[in-house]
Amino acid sequence: MKLLVKEITVLSGKGGTGKTSLTASLAVLAQKAVLTDCDVDAPDLHLLLKPEVLEKREFKASRVAVLDSELCVQCGKCEEHCRFGAIEKQVIDPILCEGCGVCVYVCPVAAIELEKRVSGYAFISKTKYGPMSHALLNPGEENSGKLVSLVRKNAKQVAEKENCELIINDGPPGIGCPVIASVGGVDVGLIVVEPTLSGIHDMERAQGLLNHFKISSLVCVNKYDLNEENTSRIEEFCSSNGIKVVGKIPFDPIVTEAMVAGKPVVEYSPESSVSKAIEELWKQTLENI
Amino acid sequence: MIITVASGKGGTGKTTVAVNLALSLENVQLLDCDVEEPNSHILLHPEIAETESVYTKVPVVSEELCNYCGKCSKFCAYNALFVAPKTVMVFPELCHSCGGCALVCPKKAITETERQIGVIKKGEADGVEIVYGELNVGEAMAVPLIKAVKSQIKSNKNVVIDAPPGTACSLVASVHKTDYCILVTEPTPFGLHDLKITVQVLKDLGVPMGVVINRAGLGDRKVYEYCKTENIPLLMEIPFSKKIAELYSRGVPFVAEMPEWKEKFLEVRDRIKG
Repeated sequence: MKLLVKEITVLSGKGGTGKTSLTASLAVLAQKAVLTDCDVDAPDLHLLLKPEVLEKREFKASRVAVLDSELCVQCGKCEEHCRFGAIEKQVIDPILCEGCGVCVYVCPVAAIELEKRVSGYAFISKTKYGPMSHALLNPGEENSGKLVSLVRKNAKQVAEKENCELIINDGPPGIGCPVIASVGGVDVGLIVVEPTLSGIHDMERAQGLLNHFKISSLVCVNKYDLNEENTSRIEEFCSSNGIKVVGKIPFDPIVTEAMVAGKPVVEYSPESSVSKAIEELWKQTLENI
Repeated sequence: MIITVASGKGGTGKTTVAVNLALSLENVQLLDCDVEEPNSHILLHPEIAETESVYTKVPVVSEELCNYCGKCSKFCAYNALFVAPKTVMVFPELCHSCGGCALVCPKKAITETERQIGVIKKGEADGVEIVYGELNVGEAMAVPLIKAVKSQIKSNKNVVIDAPPGTACSLVASVHKTDYCILVTEPTPFGLHDLKITVQVLKDLGVPMGVVINRAGLGDRKVYEYCKTENIPLLMEIPFSKKIAELYSRGVPFVAEMPEWKEKFLEVRDRIKG
């Protein structure tokens, strides 16, 4: 019988609201969930979960145009047709090149070739909290969405193999391609918001994204006591949009201390008010998946 | 001079630094290239004078001319076209607008149309000209909109660019061809880890850089040690302060309430100019 695996993605819109610190604590509380880090270009979850890498695979998704200057007749056709401004005076800028292949097609003397390049690595690991699927995109690369999809595919395979019923994805900031790849088809998106005007603005866009893909939202207010007026505004927004606020976590420097110690806060300081709030949040979240 | 403010890790204070720096300079233009989640305008409160739609090109296939040979879908590096025996499907959100499909089509069945992906807003507040992009919700590709925001750069202005978080293509598009990059980080393990990746991107791009440490006093000293070993100048420290955090939460740039900081931002500018 195939196991029904539930999947939850922690997202925020705005960066730095506490997604990763929260995910690490949820990993402890969930016991034997598969954990993923979908923030493939600035991953941090491994700093708290300390994975032992079992498998490492090259991720080759992008191609880059390479020009052989000995064959080039300097006709300028490649430069004329490149839509990305990546060719100037018969020199290809590999950073601007998006690997479309138009230059290869228009070159009359076959002086340009597309070469595959390694865009990053995908890892399957074990941690003391459960299996982990994660990755690292090479600096400045594109295709982060494809790498996120690979991370999630690997997580599903591991979940089936290890009989895990839950996958918790630590999502990237923003609402663009890697975020879309992180939330597509999940059971619930847990939005972590801080009570600032920017935080509220970005939460509304993140929520709009979940709506767009018909994924149900839950909200958690982090550092809620830094501005209680804004926290009330978040609660009003959620209640008028039918979204459940599953938790409010107080501000406490213990979270940073736990990060410096390289541990999830619920493990580092289980009796702190932050840890109690996270435990309650997790209980509420499970009731709403 | 064009200065980009970037970070790798999100929420370290890019927008705070970009807006407060812009407010400290004269004759300045602020570009918010975090088109997924633009926040500069929340601190600056500009009056918006102009809103422009931004479009990308996507293919349209004429079913009359098409003979379903499949050359377009074979060529497309982004899987944006699918050809079946009697139909062609276009997936506009995957298209990078390279124009290759129209070029390779032997029947000239492909033309291009424009698809709106977001808007650019332009305004002004406190002597700062602001341009920011807003990507449509559900839209995947930020880079074309970032390029559209950057096309508004005025060469006679001091330009400050607020970059998106991360270290992938959106950051590259934002920081490409700028004179200097200020990296904002926080003195924590996450801040340091993402700073290191961002430094690598900037080295690859050949953009000179310096670091601003925000929320100084929190965390540990490892970011300081790293900057010293790597010879990356430490341009400024902004202390962890409830007052600054509280002002930010209400959408107030802290130089407005703490004008002594304008001098410090000017010193940063002078150090960058060298």
